[in-house]
Amino acid sequence: MEINDFIKNFADQFEDTDPREINSATLFHDLDECDSLIALAVLNIIEKKYSKKVTFDEMKKCKTVEDLFNLVAAK
Amino acid sequence: MKNPFSLEGKTVLITGAASGIGKATAQQCTEMGAKVVLLDLNSEGLKQTASEIGRDDSEYFVVNLTEYEQLCETVSKLPKLDGVVSNAGIVKSLLARFSEKTDMEKIFEINTYSHINLVQQLIAQKKLNKGASIVFTSSMSGVYCGIVGGSLYGATKSALVGYSKALALELAPRGIRVNTIHPGMVETPLTKNTALSQDILDEDAKNYPLSRYGKPEEIAYAIVYLLSDATVWMTGSKLLIDGGYSVK
Repeated sequence: MEINDFIKNFADQFEDTDPREINSATLFHDLDECDSLIALAVLNIIEKKYSKKVTFDEMKKCKTVEDLFNLVAAK
Repeated sequence: MKNPFSLEGKTVLITGAASGIGKATAQQCTEMGAKVVLLDLNSEGLKQTASEIGRDDSEYFVVNLTEYEQLCETVSKLPKLDGVVSNAGIVKSLLARFSEKTDMEKIFEINTYSHINLVQQLIAQKKLNKGASIVFTSSMSGVYCGIVGGSLYGATKSALVGYSKALALELAPRGIRVNTIHPGMVETPLTKNTALSQDILDEDAKNYPLSRYGKPEEIAYAIVYLLSDATVWMTGSKLLIDGGYSVK
């Protein structure tokens, strides 16, 4: 599991947000487009690509994309 | 005068009986006088349900209903039945864009195919008494409304409605009734095991006019009604119990 690949998969779930706006330090909850639908898409892609299950609660506690990456990597 | 809501003298098969709606149904059927036969994959939960209902003549079988051979063998061991509650199922929160063939197969195997296989075997092995009642646990989702991430789940549950319509016609000559029950969100281990946080669940519960999710026993009461002689002239019907969710 590689962080740039993770960021690309993460950014891919957004329709209107420019992927260049998203990096490891991005505070993703602050993104305008980040709602419950995007959150479910992120959880789904994590399960599909990395075979790891993350809950909404766990995701909520992560601030940056890197925090989320670290959570998935530790599972 | 005989109470038409009683299940006294009836033998009822319940699948998914280890927890949630299935477990509550086993308890309520027993309360109303039925002998119950319980099926589930979860042996611990199944034993727990059986011991809690505390009726000596109840039976239980650990079975994976998605394995056809196992299902057939289990059906061969069943007594003659007056009621069937085909209830086993799983929930999966998956957006349509991620719903691939393998996901589809996994959820349809248990939520739809196992129900159809079970009924097919019950008929083929002549396990249904005249006047029996079959109840499928469908859902409000996929039939009365859609839930985000629930496209596959809804498809499996609406498939049961389509199946039950023709089944009701085919079994009517023997007085066997077929109905579906459509719960809204119910507080069960199934819903607690989704990725949804308690905050999200609490917020969602506010969308219900009756201000909360259902309790398993509140669905079980309706299932008991459909199993009882109070509904002998009811077949091919859909019974919605959703705290008013779909009224809005």
